[in-house]
Amino acid sequence: MADALLKLDDLAVHFTIGHALAGGAKVLKAVDGVSLDVKPGECLGLVGESGCGKSTLALAIMGLVSPTKGRVHVDGQEISGDKSPDRMRMARTVQMVFQDPYASLNPRQTVRRTLSDPLRLHGISDKAENDRRVMDMLAKVGLRPDHADRYPHEFSGGQRQRIGIARALILEPKLVICDEPVSALDVSIRAQIINLLLELKDELGLAYIMISHDLGVVEHVSDRVAVMYLGRIVEQGGWQEIFENPRHPYTRALIAAIPDPFHRAVVTAKAKAHGEIASALKPPPGCHFHPRCPLKADICTVDAPLLEAVGTGHLAACHFRNSTS
Amino acid sequence: MSTPLLQVENLRIALQGDGDTYSAVENVSFEIGRGEAFGLVGESGCGKSITALAVMGLLRRPLSLGGGRIVLDGQEIQNVSAAEMRRLRGKRIAMIFQEPMTALNPLSPVGRQIAEMFVLHQGVGWSEAMDRAEEALRQVRVPSPERRIKDYPHQLSGGMRQRVMIAIALACGPDLLIADEPTTALDVTVQAEIIDLMAELCAAKGTAILMISHDLGLVANMCRRVAVMYAGRIVEAQVSGAIFAHPTHPYTRGLVDSLPRLGERSRRGRQKLREISGVVPSISGYPAGCRFNPRCPAVTDICRSNAPDITPLPANGLVRCHHHG
Repeated sequence: MADALLKLDDLAVHFTIGHALAGGAKVLKAVDGVSLDVKPGECLGLVGESGCGKSTLALAIMGLVSPTKGRVHVDGQEISGDKSPDRMRMARTVQMVFQDPYASLNPRQTVRRTLSDPLRLHGISDKAENDRRVMDMLAKVGLRPDHADRYPHEFSGGQRQRIGIARALILEPKLVICDEPVSALDVSIRAQIINLLLELKDELGLAYIMISHDLGVVEHVSDRVAVMYLGRIVEQGGWQEIFENPRHPYTRALIAAIPDPFHRAVVTAKAKAHGEIASALKPPPGCHFHPRCPLKADICTVDAPLLEAVGTGHLAACHFRNSTS
Repeated sequence: MSTPLLQVENLRIALQGDGDTYSAVENVSFEIGRGEAFGLVGESGCGKSITALAVMGLLRRPLSLGGGRIVLDGQEIQNVSAAEMRRLRGKRIAMIFQEPMTALNPLSPVGRQIAEMFVLHQGVGWSEAMDRAEEALRQVRVPSPERRIKDYPHQLSGGMRQRVMIAIALACGPDLLIADEPTTALDVTVQAEIIDLMAELCAAKGTAILMISHDLGLVANMCRRVAVMYAGRIVEAQVSGAIFAHPTHPYTRGLVDSLPRLGERSRRGRQKLREISGVVPSISGYPAGCRFNPRCPAVTDICRSNAPDITPLPANGLVRCHHHG
C-alpha cells in the first residue's frame, strides 16, 4: 500500500554474540523476517513476552540499529540498506515514549529545556514562538504553565510520563512508539495516561505502535494487533479478530493467562501454555512455539509455518490455524 | 468457629524519618483461616509489603512495630525473641518475594538452598536433605530435577527461579505462605503457571496464603477474600467475587472501573476509562480525615475532618467510608 506511514518488509535484525576464537560466535536472531505496516492515524498493538524482539523491532524503526536484511520505510524514506537515515527528518517523523519515566528524563534539565531544545535544534530559534509551543504542549498533556521551570524529581510518576509524552510530541511526529507506557505507573494513574494518549491520537492524528504485555490495554487502544514470539510475528489482525477469534495457540495462551475474575474470556484454561519462552540464541526448530504448544504435532517440530490469511486482514502462522479451540 | 490461623489486630507500623515519626500502617486488622487464600491489594507505598514483613518479624529500621497484635495459631508472635522468630520462619510461616534472583543466594546451588531447610528445621542429614530437595524440585515441576539441583540461580530462568523459591518456602510444610508480588517480574504466560502451581500445592498441603499484589484481578482470581489498602489503612475487605461485583469503597470502585478489561471493548465499544484523579499521597502528607478524600468523587465535609470508622459488610467484610454503598 502506497500510503503506509511505516512499512517493514521481511525485516531481520541479527546480532553476533561471542567471538569465533573464544568458544564460537553465535547468531541471535532478535527479529527474524517481520513484515508489517502502519497507516497514518492507526494504532498497532505489539504484544509479546520479554525476549520476543519487540524492543529491537522498535529500535530498527527508530533507525537506531541497522537491519541485517529487509527494508524499513518510514514516511517514504528508506532507512535500511546502505543509506544512513536523515536523523533530523527521522526525529520529526518517529518518536518514542519509554516505559520508565524516572530513567528517561534528564534529571538536570528543567521541563522547559527538555521541551525547547529539540525545537531549537529543528530551527525554531525565535524565543517567543519556542515558548508558545512549549506552553501549548504542556497544556495538551495536562500540565500547568508553572511546571515548565521544575526539574523531573519534583514530579510524580504519572506527571513524569506526561512530560515524556510532551517530549515525544513536541516536534509533531507522525508515528509514536509507546514502549510499555503505563506498566511502571501506579494502578490508579494508568487510566489517566491511557486516556491522554488516546485523546492526543485523535486530536493530532498520530499513529501509535503500542508495545505492551497488558492485553487489556492493547485491546482498549489498538486498531490492529500483532503478536510476536521469538523474533517472528505469529498472528496479526484487527483487534476484534485477534481477541474474539484468536487463531494462533500462543495468542490464545496469552489471553488465557490474563486473570479474569468474571470468567468472560473467549478462551479457557486449556489454552494455557506450558514452560517458558526458549532462548533466542537457540530457538526450537520448526515452529518456535511447539515445545509449549497444546496442539503440537510432528510437523510443527520440522516445518516453520508461514503467516497465512485466515480472514480479512487476519494472518496466523500455525499449521493448525483453521482448527477450532 | 475454630480459631483463625493468623490474626492481625490493630497493627501499627511506625516509620522514623526527618525527626518525625509517621504511621506507615495503622489500624490494620485481618484474619486468615487455615488453608485460606487471602489477598492484600494496594498501590506502591500503601503499606501492604511492610504489613507482610511485620508478620514475618522482619521489620528493620527505620520501620518498627508501633502497636497491635499478631497472633499465629493462638500464640502472640509480635514480641517473641529473635531466636524463636527464626524457628517460626520457614517452619510455620514462609515467604516468597518479587525478584527471585535477589532472594536466592547466587553462590550456592539451588538444591543446597532447598536442602538447608530440612537440615535447619528438621534436623536431617545433608545427604537425605539433598534427596528431599530433589523431590521438592520435582513437586514444583522443574524439569530434570536430578540435574537442576546442582545449578546455580543464574543458570535458571526467572520462572524456574520462582519455582525454586516456592520449593524452599514450602519445604517444611508451613501453615502460612506469604507471597509478595510473586509474579510481577515474570512474563504473563509464566505468571499464570506459577499462580496455578502455588494455588495447587497450597491446596494439597492445606497451606494458607497471604498474597500481596497491586493486581486486583490476579488476587481476586486466586484468593477467597481480598482486602484493599490505601495509604496505610485497609479501606475495604470482601469476598473476591463481591469486590468486583459490588465494590463499596470509592477507591475500590475506582480501581475496578479504571482498568481496561478484556472483552469490554467488544461488548460496549471503546469507552473513556474512568480516571481516579490526583496522585497517591506521600506518607508525610497524608490528608486529615479519610485519606482518600482529595481524590474521592463523593467527598463531603465530614470526610475532610473525620477518619471514617469501620462498617461491617456481609460475609465478614468491612468498609471504611462515610458514604459507602
